[in-house]
Amino acid sequence: MDNKSLKRTSLFEEHCKLSGRMVDFGGWELPVQYSGVMEEHRACREAAGLFDVSHMGEVHVEGAGAEAYLNFLVSNHVAKLNDLQAQYTVMCNRAGGIVDDLVIYRRARDRFLVVVNASNTDKDFSWMQEIATEFRATNPSLPFTITNQSAEYTQIAIQGPKAAAILQSLTATPLSPIKTYWFAEGYVLGSIPAILARTGYTGEDGFEVYVPWAKGPEVWRALYEAGVPFGLKPCGLGARDTLRLEMKYPLYGNELSDTTNPLEAGLGWVVKMDKGNFVGREQIEAAKSSGLKRTLVGLKVLDRGIPRQGYAVWSPDGSERIGELTSGTQSPSTGLPVGIAYVANAFAKVGSLVSVEIRGQKLRAEIIPTPFYKRPY
Amino acid sequence: MSFPNDLKYTKDHEWARIDGNVVTVGITDHAQSALGDIVFVDLPKEGRTLNTGETFGVVESIKAVSDLYSPVAGRVVSVNNDLPSDPAVVNREPYSTAWMVKIEMSNVSELSTMMDASAYQAYVDSLK
Repeated sequence: MDNKSLKRTSLFEEHCKLSGRMVDFGGWELPVQYSGVMEEHRACREAAGLFDVSHMGEVHVEGAGAEAYLNFLVSNHVAKLNDLQAQYTVMCNRAGGIVDDLVIYRRARDRFLVVVNASNTDKDFSWMQEIATEFRATNPSLPFTITNQSAEYTQIAIQGPKAAAILQSLTATPLSPIKTYWFAEGYVLGSIPAILARTGYTGEDGFEVYVPWAKGPEVWRALYEAGVPFGLKPCGLGARDTLRLEMKYPLYGNELSDTTNPLEAGLGWVVKMDKGNFVGREQIEAAKSSGLKRTLVGLKVLDRGIPRQGYAVWSPDGSERIGELTSGTQSPSTGLPVGIAYVANAFAKVGSLVSVEIRGQKLRAEIIPTPFYKRPY
Repeated sequence: MSFPNDLKYTKDHEWARIDGNVVTVGITDHAQSALGDIVFVDLPKEGRTLNTGETFGVVESIKAVSDLYSPVAGRVVSVNNDLPSDPAVVNREPYSTAWMVKIEMSNVSELSTMMDASAYQAYVDSLK
């Protein structure tokens, strides 16, 4: 196999040392698993998981006009952010479809860190520049810059009930005052500058830690060594996917695409129609008033079978095709065969019966409440 | 990774243990390792007739779905019905407890098309 064209994070050697099974993930060579998806998933739910998420893209948006520009670019209300607060949002295209989902961190009134999906980084950066040109044309008095800083950061996620205690042993910054979706700018291991953000993609408490690229291996090793006595395990992309799936967190490419309306994806909570104009707003509104036809739901297969991405969803009697699975697996935490699917609105209510076509057979399934897993603390 | 010498192997990563005109079939150590945590096994009913290469069941891990292909033509004379309730045994004991089906061959000469352990080892190495 020729992996020469694949990009590597600063932690590539660390993954190899830990026997990570490396795969091509959107052009990045990353571990899909170390000891096994089930074991890693459980470690994250019960103790802590350590994830290399350096492939994510980091874009700096800075200047007096940064906030107003971002507020035009994305659907959520960026102007509501305080310093050191983070916000989940989507940015839409001119048809109201989702270009990407992202997290915006406000570091100062005029300094924002925008974190986007790895496989979308180039597309997103181009889109951000295109919208910047449009914004500048009508707002010449609001200067700002956009720089793709993805190569400057190593991003490590430490997630799970023990994550805060483990990370605290490496930093003098008090972590307990940091609330969910807030962050601190401090240091780890004495002198390594770090953004310590209480964010994540697992449904657990935990942090995403941004450090300079070259310091990645040192910080990774320190977190690993501090964490092992707590039961921490390094986690690959496999566990990252099952953990987010149990929370029904959308994954771009599965639940979200350039043609997905954020409202049908259940992301109405990040679409602020009353904040003023933003890219895609009119189209989202128009689609809403003409009636959205499908809804993103969680379902459980009642017969013997595991739902998977791409499987068709049918009416209970199997006569009418009503949707499609976007993700699915046997949930490691609950043991249940669960999936995320777009279904016609008439079948979207919790308790509705549907059927899922698995290898030509239509198996019974039920729409159930999400998340599929709720943490006990 | 172990590939016992007394078994025959296919490119679909199944093993076959030959006993007269009956072959016992399972998936190899390489296959179970590549799949990861196995959580689902679906096997055929006894008596089913299979062609060579025909899909007779499925193995699923948390991440992946993999069809099972019959290495020979014949009739299913026995099925390991304990497996669907304890799929993880495929990861632990792929060559013993986790046998899947026994097939009575229609044509014993088909065996010559399968690989021996060293040929299969070389085949697995070539995939890396």
